[in-house]
Amino acid sequence: MPDGPGLELLRGEIDVDAPGAVLATSYDKERATLIVDPARIVDVLGWLRDEPGQRYRFLSSLHVADYLPAEPRFGVHYELLNRERVERLRVKAMLPAEDPEIDSVTSLFPTANFQEREAFDFFGVVFRGHPELTRILLPEDYVGWPQRRDFPVGGEPVTFTYSEERYG
Amino acid sequence: MEVERRSLESRQASARDMLRGDLEGADLERYVEERVVTTTFEKMLNLARANSIFPLTFGLACCAIEAPISIVTARYDLARFGAEALRASPRQADLIILSGRVSIKMAPVVRRLYDQMLEPKWAISMGACSSSGGMFANYAVVQGADKFMPIDLHIPGCPPRPEAVMYGFNKLQRKIMGNPDQGWRARYNAQGTEEWARGGPASKPSVESAEAYELARELALSEGPANA
Repeated sequence: MPDGPGLELLRGEIDVDAPGAVLATSYDKERATLIVDPARIVDVLGWLRDEPGQRYRFLSSLHVADYLPAEPRFGVHYELLNRERVERLRVKAMLPAEDPEIDSVTSLFPTANFQEREAFDFFGVVFRGHPELTRILLPEDYVGWPQRRDFPVGGEPVTFTYSEERYG
Repeated sequence: MEVERRSLESRQASARDMLRGDLEGADLERYVEERVVTTTFEKMLNLARANSIFPLTFGLACCAIEAPISIVTARYDLARFGAEALRASPRQADLIILSGRVSIKMAPVVRRLYDQMLEPKWAISMGACSSSGGMFANYAVVQGADKFMPIDLHIPGCPPRPEAVMYGFNKLQRKIMGNPDQGWRARYNAQGTEEWARGGPASKPSVESAEAYELARELALSEGPANA
């Protein structure tokens, strides 16, 4: 995977073809991350997939993280892999708390289909242009986005006598 | 030892005489008094039911390793209590063991499995998860299987030891032999829920459907040889 300077070089190359698409870079615990503009995610992933020197042709994971209370709140993570060089690259797009929407990348990576549905299922992130954006794991009539950090834990409160005495 | 052997020999001799028809009068009376136990039909039936339970081959999560897998192995051997015949179909099973957490998507399936079991039927909720949700106090897991189906017995533990499962099983046997009223299951609408294939998928057994079935069967039998 690209090291810190390699990541900066990569950012420079992307800036030539798609100026302003990369907002920031991060190199932490030997993981290289590009933080990109969510409006241009398809451009950047397409470039990383098809550019002769890059060829990150495998999307090994697509997932969402909730960074509550930060704003923008939702991070959509794309874990790319080049299987010839065994290099991994993380691409991250940050989305606002209100109406988180991003373009679907199913046209680039068919494997994104189910993973985007799962992200929609649990976080309510809408992927524009997805062929069938419905709930995939939860029941179809389920209300709410249960993996958001402000979603109530659920279950039933269990009250122990000592906690009643202490906390009332 | 010698006395026991003699009494055994005399009992065998009297049994032989009985079978030959040689016993008469007071000897026959004594023979019947010694050998016959009188009881009620219900008690005998419950004894038979309690000692010939067919559990459903059904596992939900990690508790399924303890039951029904471990307890039928040679080490624990549920066959001692007459329950070694695990049935793969709920229509042949008497007992369903909920072994693990029941998710909200699995709950309707579990309920349907229970509904398809024929009377008399019993349910064991095994382990913390299926009894109360256990550590899964979240959006995906039903907080206790008794929210959607009648449970006869809860076995605590996470997971319970196979010994605990067998102890619970013995408790269930005792419950069956005690023959309690199972009317409490009415609050779950859990009686008469079996679907019968005879009159179509979701039909209840009725006199009309049984008559129609008999009629169709007679017709088929009468036309059978001609068709063949």
